[in-house]
Amino acid sequence: MDTLEATAPAPDAPASGAGAGPGVRRRSWWRRLGPGAAIAPFLLYSALGIGIPTLGVLYYAFRGNNGGWTTGNVSAVVHGIYLIGFENSIKLALLTSIVPGILGVFVAYAIHTSRSQWLRRMTATASGVLANFGGVNLTFMFVATLGSTGVLTLWLAAIHINLTSLGFHLYTFSGVAVVYMYFQIPLMVLVITPALVGLRPSWREAAENMGASSWRYWRHVGIPVLMPSVLGGMLLLFGSAFAAYATAESLTTGIIALSPIQIGNFINGNVFSNYQNIGYAIAFGMLVILAAVMILYNYVQKRASRWLH
Amino acid sequence: MAPLDAPSSGLELLAEETAPVPAFSTGRALRRIRWWRGIVLVLTAAFFLIPIYAGLRFSFQGVNGHFSLSTLKELPKAQGFTAALWLSTRLAIVTVLVAIVLMVPTTVYVHLRLPRLRRMMDVITVLPIVIPPIVLIAGVLAVAPLWLKSTPYLLSLMYVILAMPFIYRSLDAGLLAIDLKTLSEASRSLGGRWYSTLLRVVLPNIRPALVSAAVLTLAMVFGEYTMASLDLWTTVPVWIVQFNGAANGHIQIAAAMAGLVVTWVVLTVIVSLDRSQRRRARG
Repeated sequence: MDTLEATAPAPDAPASGAGAGPGVRRRSWWRRLGPGAAIAPFLLYSALGIGIPTLGVLYYAFRGNNGGWTTGNVSAVVHGIYLIGFENSIKLALLTSIVPGILGVFVAYAIHTSRSQWLRRMTATASGVLANFGGVNLTFMFVATLGSTGVLTLWLAAIHINLTSLGFHLYTFSGVAVVYMYFQIPLMVLVITPALVGLRPSWREAAENMGASSWRYWRHVGIPVLMPSVLGGMLLLFGSAFAAYATAESLTTGIIALSPIQIGNFINGNVFSNYQNIGYAIAFGMLVILAAVMILYNYVQKRASRWLH
Repeated sequence: MAPLDAPSSGLELLAEETAPVPAFSTGRALRRIRWWRGIVLVLTAAFFLIPIYAGLRFSFQGVNGHFSLSTLKELPKAQGFTAALWLSTRLAIVTVLVAIVLMVPTTVYVHLRLPRLRRMMDVITVLPIVIPPIVLIAGVLAVAPLWLKSTPYLLSLMYVILAMPFIYRSLDAGLLAIDLKTLSEASRSLGGRWYSTLLRVVLPNIRPALVSAAVLTLAMVFGEYTMASLDLWTTVPVWIVQFNGAANGHIQIAAAMAGLVVTWVVLTVIVSLDRSQRRRARG
């Protein structure tokens, strides 16, 4: 044990503040370095693991084939196949944020207003679990469902519905969109439930006391209050779909033109381009778009927090 | 932006009722709501349950179409599977250890001494969510020295970054729930040094938060594909994708379903434990 002398003054004034007390005389060396020293490892780790790689991407995005600064990579990225990649990625992210966003609000509302405690608890747990896991496993679960010999494909074939002739292909854009819904809808349910809880019954009672119809309540109270949270949730879904790589890559084996997959092909060396550093320029473009999404998100979050406590 | 108009019509139909105040709901409206909610819930359940059923059916189907464990039995014998599982396991262990050693003292210290920096911690730990893993790994492979790139444990170091958001949030919530200041002052006034305070007083008190953070990290490592595939290491998800499904496509699906089911069960237990704990804490 430590020396008894050091602790002797303490028992009379045990709660005399963290800095005073027995530690003053015998400061350990790490504390003498100042309060910042204790979190220095974390800051260093974050700088090495997040800061340096991100700066590396920015640096190489503006470096030419033989060294020297250039904007050639970046201007190549906003043309041709790479522009299409951004367009497809944005389209996919819009589709899989707006549709699951709306469906998520419906599901969350249906569950929130349900009287079944069991249903509510189970949905909360299920959303927490499902929202976190896309990726390869999800891909193969959908191969078993909607692949050419998938269970649902065969069921539908039995009632003479042919998904392929309806324009659905699991291994293309439409398939990726459907698989993304599997984690996007639960994510929206998670995000929007606190906002639904924040819709106070007393607002509705007040509206009804003043003779408002249900439609007018939603038109003037419910939707305006929920809208920032719904938009915020959709922006989160947009970011998650826009950045996703694993699900789309494993489903389409890298043939779909989406920005993350183009970066992956570049890293794997499957790209022949006049610009050696083209992959970093795509990554830079993704960062710019995501930064814009985050700025918007912060803005709507501020609006949303006005009603929710 | 036409789809954005959709919720108004639907919400209007749902709007007749708010569960806590049934006095406002007429019988007819209530029926309409139940009908609506029924449809929404049945469709949702179908969307989420049919793929699970399909995946399980593929996993448990023998050659003659009947129930059989043969696919699951073949899985460990499939070429490269055990190596991939062992690699994922090693990466997972290293990731959890590094993450805990890095994040626990930092988070505790910030709570105790530098609460002003909690905002900064929030911002730093949200960065791995904002920056896509594909961009991070592109940057890492561009700047990391060769000796680091040649070891699989580079992945572990990056997984710590990917795990930061939920580890920090979990520890943050755990520390907010206990009276950290009183506990550590009591420990120090009894002569405890900082490490014994941390190990014997603080850690046991935030054990649920620590366990859930560790389990989430494990689940993340066993499912991560982006970084592992681009760093050319055959972890379990990479193995699943690269396995030649022409011979027996069911094996890939069985491996994927095994991963999903284990993850779901463990996470469900964690989430439920977490909730019962919070309920107990509330009183």
